[in-house]
Amino acid sequence: MSDLMNLTLAGARDALRLGETTSVELTEASLAAVAASKPLNVFVHDTSAIARAQAMAADLRIKAGDAPAMCGLPIGMKDLFCTKGVATQAASAILTGFKPQYESTVSQKLFDAGAVMVGKLNMDEFAMGSSNETSIYGNAVNPWKIDDRDLTPGGSSGGSAAAVAAETCLAATGTDTGGSIRQPAAFTGTTGIKPTYGRCSRWGIVAFASSLDQAGPITKNVRDAAIMLEAMCGFDAKDSTSANIPVPDFEAALSGDIRGKIIGIPKEYRVENMPAELEALWAQGTEMLQDAGAKVRDISLPHTKYALPAYYVIAPAEASSNLARYDGVRFGHRAQLEAGDGITEMYEKTRAEGFGSEVQRRVMIGTYVLSAGFYDAYYNRARRVRALIKKDFDDAFISGIDAILTPATPSAAFGLGEMANADPVKMYLFDVFTVTVNLAGLPAISVPAGLDSKGLPLGLQLIGRPWEEGELLNTAYALEEALGFNTKPAQWWI
Amino acid sequence: MSIDTKTAARVAKLARIRVDEADLPALAEEFTNILGFIEQLNEVDVEGVEPMTSVTPQRLFRRDDVINDGHQQEAVLANAPDAREGFFAVPMVVE
Repeated sequence: MSDLMNLTLAGARDALRLGETTSVELTEASLAAVAASKPLNVFVHDTSAIARAQAMAADLRIKAGDAPAMCGLPIGMKDLFCTKGVATQAASAILTGFKPQYESTVSQKLFDAGAVMVGKLNMDEFAMGSSNETSIYGNAVNPWKIDDRDLTPGGSSGGSAAAVAAETCLAATGTDTGGSIRQPAAFTGTTGIKPTYGRCSRWGIVAFASSLDQAGPITKNVRDAAIMLEAMCGFDAKDSTSANIPVPDFEAALSGDIRGKIIGIPKEYRVENMPAELEALWAQGTEMLQDAGAKVRDISLPHTKYALPAYYVIAPAEASSNLARYDGVRFGHRAQLEAGDGITEMYEKTRAEGFGSEVQRRVMIGTYVLSAGFYDAYYNRARRVRALIKKDFDDAFISGIDAILTPATPSAAFGLGEMANADPVKMYLFDVFTVTVNLAGLPAISVPAGLDSKGLPLGLQLIGRPWEEGELLNTAYALEEALGFNTKPAQWWI
Repeated sequence: MSIDTKTAARVAKLARIRVDEADLPALAEEFTNILGFIEQLNEVDVEGVEPMTSVTPQRLFRRDDVINDGHQQEAVLANAPDAREGFFAVPMVVE
């Protein structure tokens, strides 16, 4: 594959501005890499015609000296973002044939900044999953491979992470409700950031759990994450939870100087059966931040253990409400009806045919915990526990902690199909380190840290103070410099 | 708490998802497992804690009460499985 695809966003941006390449060249290289990536099953909707038009327009802007941050850079778009006139299915059968009549705010912002969309990306159905195995398009495959098995790229932004790791595009959009950016980033040796809740507009992103959902980028490194995140953020009157506060220059925050910063190490994240390599990388990361001048302090986040059960009440409850719109009336799939079928049969058949089993399970759990008689016992209790989880973090930050270092996932990527017969709760445990952050609405980033004994990437997570993505990115930048991870997967799929 | 097939059927009905009779026992078992996992929350002392509605203390902002959109019938109906004469069409609801 062309060397152009080895570039980072920052590298490609600089090359474009210096006239060393053009967006058309970059885009053609990306589209060739996309075409060659079929065995990975990451791209699910072709947008090459749009990409070529956007690339030509970008080159004109660059020539005219009007080149914003993302101008001319080929990226992939998670299938959860509504893209005008382009199939948007959230990897679900129920949205078969759906072509939005509008553009999501985040994708519009990226296009305004000159980004080129080379395709829509595979994901778990409605972003519900941690392995990209609930997709109607079939599994996305991790470009990392250690034997005959195909490995999961993680989920739900599995296609996004795999596409970036495989260098088919320079970066990709993701969304994160319980870890769906950070967990796949960790599984694929890429960088993924979820900003503070309210930073990115949710308008036009197919909703899963509205109080938890946030968009963010998956990139090759921290600088790229800063560049792309800035282009995605900003106030939007169309999302009532969007924060009306200025977006700082995130890239300018990357000084690498973290002297005097206080890093918290939460004891509750030291879980049973943690692989020794992960524990060692965590200790190594801690030491590196210390060597860079940060102070390290042991902290306690006592309600950590209850984050997953609280999440598996709140997220399904919100999902059951959000997904009520898929009724076979206004868009998407409608079941074939038999003589005598009324509107209830239409709803029930449509939703049984259109939703996969994990989505059905979560919608029904959500329905149950919100139903009369159980609302207080389950939903309100979970929301109270959520308040306590957030308070754990508030207390840590009030005590002077600037960022918290944890592992991103409890293990490296597993084989596709290996969890097929497992209890759904087992799969949920892959989000154990990431889900607390969504419940508290905080920004967090996953940075590739090293390889496990089998040769698969592992990630470390940094959690920051609300609205201080710049400082968080800078701490991640210092960690990245010290870790020096630059291994790429062998291109076995070409 | 153990979920029986009757409860599973009721939840499926409330969620408007058709579930075959034969699939109800497996579904009930899944619910029982997941709810068992969720029941850990009962260990937490939540006395005096307000249920959280928003992660940021800000009040949801309100826009001015003015008409700022509309006249998009065609776009609204463009993705409908069955649209006729400017309406969404559904099976008969009233006799």
